[in-house]
Amino acid sequence: MNNVCVYCEFEEGRIQEVSYELLTKGRSLANQLNCKLEALVLGEGLNGLEKEVSRYGVDILYMADDKRLYPYTTLPHTAVAVGLFKQTHPQIVLMGATSIGRDLGPRISSSLTSGLTADCTNLEIGEYEDKKAGKKYENLLYQIRPAFGGNIVATIVNPDNRPQMATVREGVMKKETISDTHKAELIYLDAGQYLRDEDLVVKIIERHMETSKVNLKNSSIIIAGGYGVGSKENFNLLYELAHTLGAEVGASRAAVDAGFTDKERQIGQTGITVRPKLYIACGISGQIQHIAGMQDSAMVISINNDANAPINKLADYVIQGNLETIIPKMIKYYKKNIK
Amino acid sequence: MYKIIVLAKQVPDTRNVGKDAMKADGTVNRAALPAIFNPEDLNALELALEIKDQYPDTKITLLTMGPVRAAEILREGMYRGADAGVLLTDKAFAGSDTLATSYALSCAIRKIGEADLILAGRQAIDGDTAQVGPQVADKLGIPQITYAEEIISLHDRTIQVKRRLERGVEVVECTLPVLITAHSTAPECRPRNAKRLMRFKRATTLSERHTTAEDYLAVHNDQAVLITEWCAKDVNSDLVQLGLGGSPTKVRQVENIVFQAKESKVISTDDAEIESLMQELISQHTIG
Ligand SMILES: Cc1cc2nc3c(=O)[nH]c(=O)nc-3n(C[C@H](O)[C@H](O)[C@H](O)COP(=O)(O)OP(=O)(O)OC[C@H]3O[C@@H](n4cnc5c(N)ncnc54)[C@H](O)[C@@H]3O)c2cc1C
Ligand SMILES: Nc1ncnc2c1ncn2[C@@H]1O[C@H](COP(=O)(O)O)[C@@H](O)[C@H]1O
Repeated sequence: MNNVCVYCEFEEGRIQEVSYELLTKGRSLANQLNCKLEALVLGEGLNGLEKEVSRYGVDILYMADDKRLYPYTTLPHTAVAVGLFKQTHPQIVLMGATSIGRDLGPRISSSLTSGLTADCTNLEIGEYEDKKAGKKYENLLYQIRPAFGGNIVATIVNPDNRPQMATVREGVMKKETISDTHKAELIYLDAGQYLRDEDLVVKIIERHMETSKVNLKNSSIIIAGGYGVGSKENFNLLYELAHTLGAEVGASRAAVDAGFTDKERQIGQTGITVRPKLYIACGISGQIQHIAGMQDSAMVISINNDANAPINKLADYVIQGNLETIIPKMIKYYKKNIK
Repeated sequence: MYKIIVLAKQVPDTRNVGKDAMKADGTVNRAALPAIFNPEDLNALELALEIKDQYPDTKITLLTMGPVRAAEILREGMYRGADAGVLLTDKAFAGSDTLATSYALSCAIRKIGEADLILAGRQAIDGDTAQVGPQVADKLGIPQITYAEEIISLHDRTIQVKRRLERGVEVVECTLPVLITAHSTAPECRPRNAKRLMRFKRATTLSERHTTAEDYLAVHNDQAVLITEWCAKDVNSDLVQLGLGGSPTKVRQVENIVFQAKESKVISTDDAEIESLMQELISQHTIG
């Protein structure tokens, strides 16, 4: 009872990466809270998944294997999750900030009247004092996320309502197995016990899943462009540099919003989190929401014509000037010196 | 005839956060950020207008919760084709998180009554939470279709929608009523219509009328269109579920981040300096 539960996303025969990352985080939260780690997997054809899920230190694995639960639709998954949580009363529920998690999370939170914080970049356990009510709380989940506008980070808590819910993007947390021999206690749920006919009103007619062409997460060098790149045409300079160095091109949200490049290249709190060996930020000012997605880069080079751009503070090298002149020179001198 | 309610929010334009958006003390300079119609809510309005194109007797009501000035986006929506606007405004709503917001909105939707279709944006750019749509659907006990890119068809109260997912697309079908959230890839909203602009220019809420100069009112009161304005009591909401008190999430702390400034090496655009940087990176095996 009152455990930490991770809703694990099941798609095309496997559990999604973000769910393993959350199980890893969930394990460490459960250790601190001295409670158990639970996983909930809903879908069809789940046989054999228990071994892989167990490796992340899951104590109890709830599984519902039912053709009405795959592919994912909102109401059936809500019904089973809400039904289960009403019985098990988890204190924390974590889910991926994915197409599925962001569709399901708010629905569950509304159903259970519990708070939900989207796109957290960090989760911790701590205390909270409500001075007005003169109440003190211990062992609350700190849901930490950059907040609107700039250099601020907000810590959100849900003092009274349970479960405390948070979504986290893929790549933000690190995944780590605990042991290959660990075995979770397996509990099968009967979906039929939770589902009503009305839950099946939305029918999937067609479905096409594509694999992304952009592979930012696994690139060791990233050339990222911001609003300062100025145009779609100028982004070609970045592709050229990336091609020369064997790198991938990323972008800030301002660059994506301006239409300079595609959404799937966005790095940051609401994009992808990356940890490359080298991050070259071109015309990016470095607002907290962007930094949240690249601060663990091993080396950062900032190309910016503003000496006081915030990103320069975390750069190893700052090249001061216009990127239109700097990037061609970098290409030229790279080619000249590489043999 | 379909009855459609479009949920729209006025938000600070975080897409244009420039240097002057932050004050010297590190707080947000809201004055430097223009207040706009949340972009994906405009996509939602367009989806509603497309249905009205097909079924001209459809009635589209725009609903927003916010301060008195949020009536600006109701007028904007009416210029573009919405039939009516409702402003939900009350001090009791202050400090609402998404759950308290969706509760208040669901009360107003019930009061408007008998909506066949509720359209919202996927998310508001001030927080990117994407929660209010699904939470409103839950409060109303109706299904939801999120991330809509296109309404493929609507016949005999059955709607087919194309959804844009992170890694693909999906076509789903559902019978009304349903709540749909619009994705930014849905068609862009049509521009203002000149005739409608003339007609709704003076559409105001009661609060706005009170703050407008008397003589202006004397001249325009007759032909002015009244925008519905409701407070918490008007929509029969339970005060306990509103505002800060009705919000399970609390902000414990807001921190200014001070980055540990690294020892950075500053390089100019000089050819020699850039060449030596490239040589250094190559010899460290960072590149190459
Ligand atoms: C809820 C929320 C979530 C967000 N999520 C993200 C996210 O995931 N990722 C993200 O990136 N942002 C995100 N943002 C937006 C973020 O706050 C910033 O607005 C954005 O990162 C700014 O992008 P930028 O640095 O490219 O643009 P700007 O801040 O406009 O900076 C442009 C920079 O380019 C420099 N420059 C201009 N011209 C040149 C030139 N010719 N040569 C060299 N330098 C030049 C300027 O000096 C400036 O430093 C989010 C915001 C919100 C509210
Ligand atoms: N105060 C509000 N008034 C009207 N609609 C809102 C309000 N807040 C959120 N919405 C709707 O809910 C969507 C998602 O908002 P959010 O959960 O804040 O990202 C928005 O795009 C709007 O359509």
